[in-house]
Order: sequence, then structure tokens, then C-alpha cells
Amino acid sequence: MPGTSHTRNPFTQVETPAVGVSVEHLTKDFGRLKVLKDVSFAVQPGEILVLMGPSGSGKSVLLKHIVGLELPTAGRVTVDGHDAASEVTRERVRMALVFQSGALFNSLSVYDNLALYLREHRLADEAGIRQKVMHALKILSLEGTAKKLPADLSGGMKKRVAIARALVMEPQLMLYDEPTSELDPVMSATISEIIASLREEYHVTTIVVSHDRDLALNIADRVGILMDGKLIFLGPPSELKQPKDPIVADFLTPKIDLQHPRFKQLET
Amino acid sequence: MKQITAILEGFGSTLQLLIRSIGYAGTLPRQWGRFIEQCYMIGYTTLPIVAILSFFIGSVLALQAGYSMQNFGTQQFIGSLVGLSMARELGPVMVAILVAGRVGSAIAAELASMKVYQEVDALVTMNIPPARMLVMPRLAASLVMVPVLALIGDLVGWFGGAIVSKYTAIISIEPEAYFAVLRHYTHFDDVMNGLVKAEIFGFVVVLVCCNIGLNTRGGPREIGASVTRAVVVSLILILVLDYFVTQILT
Ligand SMILES: Nc1ncnc2c1ncn2[C@@H]1O[C@H](COP(=O)(O)OP(=O)(O)OP(=O)(O)O)[C@@H](O)[C@H]1O
Ligand SMILES: [Mg+2]
Repeated sequence: MPGTSHTRNPFTQVETPAVGVSVEHLTKDFGRLKVLKDVSFAVQPGEILVLMGPSGSGKSVLLKHIVGLELPTAGRVTVDGHDAASEVTRERVRMALVFQSGALFNSLSVYDNLALYLREHRLADEAGIRQKVMHALKILSLEGTAKKLPADLSGGMKKRVAIARALVMEPQLMLYDEPTSELDPVMSATISEIIASLREEYHVTTIVVSHDRDLALNIADRVGILMDGKLIFLGPPSELKQPKDPIVADFLTPKIDLQHPRFKQLET
Repeated sequence: MKQITAILEGFGSTLQLLIRSIGYAGTLPRQWGRFIEQCYMIGYTTLPIVAILSFFIGSVLALQAGYSMQNFGTQQFIGSLVGLSMARELGPVMVAILVAGRVGSAIAAELASMKVYQEVDALVTMNIPPARMLVMPRLAASLVMVPVLALIGDLVGWFGGAIVSKYTAIISIEPEAYFAVLRHYTHFDDVMNGLVKAEIFGFVVVLVCCNIGLNTRGGPREIGASVTRAVVVSLILILVLDYFVTQILT
């Protein structure tokens, strides 16, 4: 865990304390579907938490609660001690979520997608904005796409634009929903490096939802595993190398068994 | 019972959106570009169809009036009938209906698609309120452009009436005489009355279509459903409001 816990805002050069996240007994139902069941954990300021778990286990829903896009059925989510869903929290804490789908503004060019936040909040003049946007695009090898519309990009490019758009915001709390799922191994490694170095340089508190084991083992301070709406594991990545829980072990290193395939076991 | 709660909910959320948007009115100078773009969308792109429809409505009014007025030999008053009906009733209502069909549907489709594809969520996480960026410039543009459209509709409609009056055998009234009567009986107040109506209708249509678009839930299929709902609700509101506004204004 990092020693200092301050995020330096590169615009104002003012140091703001790094923020922590706390999830207490979070339960979420969509009608009769119980998606999250009494999930509790805390993320320390400046920590990187990697969340893993099977598809449909509620990871994206959990992230949406942390940015306040969903309201808990029961329980509480706080960011920096304040209710995640309140507008005051959004005013106080700069949060960015890289959506699983990218959620790019389809009517705006890539450049304008990245510039929107800075323009709307008047954080820099056009020259300053250009510099920040082009820098973010360069980090993610996207220089050639600035003028393109999202519809003209490949899946992986859209994902990288979404990450670049979040980087430009220079957030105190950064949430990534499967940032590397559509990327090649080299690009995935680059993303892992970016996530880690943001924490080193700016002490950005980070939660990454990912199926990428390399990413989890290399950059996580702690790993959480969400299964069927419950947090079944939370601990340092070293503990995952020899997991005690057989369910966790099978999730992380599933054996491909051609004699007894899983889908056939389901049929009986 | 379910429907009644749905209507009340719609009313409540529309009112909320209105209050929020008004709160952001002060950001209009900063959003000048968006405002101008919306003025263009609402005004310029709707103008041709407003002109065409007004022309024919004015013409038909003159034709029908001429047909019934010849029984009393009162064709010379045709200008007053076309002038007043266009200015007070048909101009504003028709422009509002066109705005609902042409602009309201487009707004509902755009905002619904932004909602379904999580663009609205992205705005919220960026602390950019949708009411400020997406709704307020559209409302402001509707306030400016819809009365302009209605005024153009009035003028073109009157002109259409004049042409029909001159070239229809049973009427045969020269434009000078037609416009003299029109001017004598159609007062400034009548025109203003119509423009106020158009203003109210246009504003309500844009507000309702924004709200329906932003409240879309589900997948791409819901975008189409939202557009249909936006247009139907707008049309009903125009006609219901027309009755009450007319009663208040007269
Ligand atoms: N708005 C919603 N309304 C109803 N059900 C929802 C909604 N959002 C998510 N769900 C349900 O919640 C469950 C968890 O969804 P979620 O998107 O969090 O999964 P996930 O863990 O992110 O999976 P993946 O790894 O595939 O992205 C799913 O069963 C999904 O159908
Ligand atoms: Mg997900």
C-alpha cells in the first residue's frame, strides 16, 4: 500500500486527499432477481483492488453503485465518507468509470469525447485541452483516431478511447469495467502499466473488474472474487496462487476436461 | 390504476426536468454553440414543411369559406376569416404538430439512444447533468424558434388564401381587397395571441420529448417505443392545451 495518500490535481496543483470507498452490506434486487447479496468491503485510499468473478455475478452492477448510477436495495456505499449516490459526492470527488461497453458519445468525434469533461468544467483553455487530449491519445496509441467518430472504430479501439477519456479526467477514484477484455496481450500489458503508474504518481484509488489473471497478479494490492452476488474471496494476490477454497481454485484455473465436459455434466 | 400512476409519474418527472433545466438557464451563454445548433434543428429544418403546409391550409380555408360565403354574397370578408383562423388557431396548432412530428421525434430518438447506450450514464459520472447539456439548450431554442415558425406560417397561409381568392371563379377577390379586409379585422393582438400559443405548445412538446427520451429503459427496441410515445403524448397535449390556453387567452 502506498505511503502517502494525496492526489495532486495536475490542473490546480492543489493536493486533495486520496479517497477511500466503503461498501457495507450492499444488497441489490432487480425485481425478483437478487444480484448482490450482502456485499461488504472497503478500498483504502490509493489502493488497487481487482474484482474477478464469473459472467453475470454482479460486478458491473457493483461498480455502478460506487459511482452512484444504481441505488442499493439495502446497505450503503460511501465514497470518501459520503453517500455515493448523492450529487454532493460527485461535486467533491472526481470519479471516472470506464464502462464495459465504452459508452462513448456517438455523435462526438474521439477528440471531442475526450475534451468534453475538460470543456464542461472549464478546467483548461483550448490549448491546454488539446495538449491533455493528445497526450492521453498518444499513451494509448490512438493518435490517428482523433477526428474519427466512435462508429468508425474497432472494438478494442473504442475500449482504449474510453480509457483515454477517463484518464483525461484525472480522477481521484478510477473504476475500470473489463479494460483489457478486447485487447491484444501487449495492449493489455500497457493498460496494466498505466493503472499501476497512475497509482504510483497520483495515488488514484482504483477498482478494476477484470478476468485478466496477469493483470490481477501483477498490479493488485488485493483481489476480490464475486460469485453469484457474494464476495467469496478478498485478499492479496499471493493467496490466490494456492487458493484454499476449491471453488476459487476451479474458477481461476479451470481444467479443460475433454472426458467429462462441463456442459455435458449440466445435462444430467 | 396502473395507467393513472404512469401518467402521474410522467407528469412528475417532466416537472422535475423543467425545474432542473430552468436552474441551468444561466449556462446558456457558455453553451451558445449548442443553442445555435438546436435553433438550426428546430427552425431551419422545419421551415420548408411549415411553409408548404401553411400555404395549403390557407388556400383550403379560403376555398371552403368562399364556397359557403357565396350563399350570402359575403365573399369580400374572406380575408378576415383566413386572417383570424390562421393567426389565432390553425397557424400555432399546425406548427406545434409539425414540431412534434419533425423535431420532437428526433429529440426523443436521440436522447433515448443516448440513454440506452449508457451515454447519459457516462455524462452523469462526469458530473455533467443531462438537463444542462441536453435539455436546456433545446428548450431555449424552442422558445426562440417556434414563434418564428408560427409567424412565417401565418404569413404564408394568408398569402395562400389570397392566391386562391383571386383565381377561384366563385370568389374572385383581388389581393388588395383581400388584404385590406384581413388587416382591418386581424389585429396585432390576434397574431400575438397565436404566437404565445405556439410558444407554449413548442416548449411543452420539446420538454415532454426530452423527458420521454431520457426515461427510456431497456434495449434498442425501446428507442422506437419512446419515439412513438413522445409523438402521441405531444399530439394529445397540444390539443388538450389548445382548449385551455384558448380559453385563458380570450
Ligand atoms: N438494469 C438491470 N435490470 C435488471 N437486471 C439487471 C440490470 N443490470 C444487470 N442486471 C442483471 O444483474 C446480473 C449481474 O449483471 P452484471 O452486469 O453486473 O454482471 P457482470 O458480473 O458484470 O458480468 P460480465 O462479466 O458478463 O460483465 C445479471 O443477471 C443481469 O441480468
Ligand atoms: Mg460486467
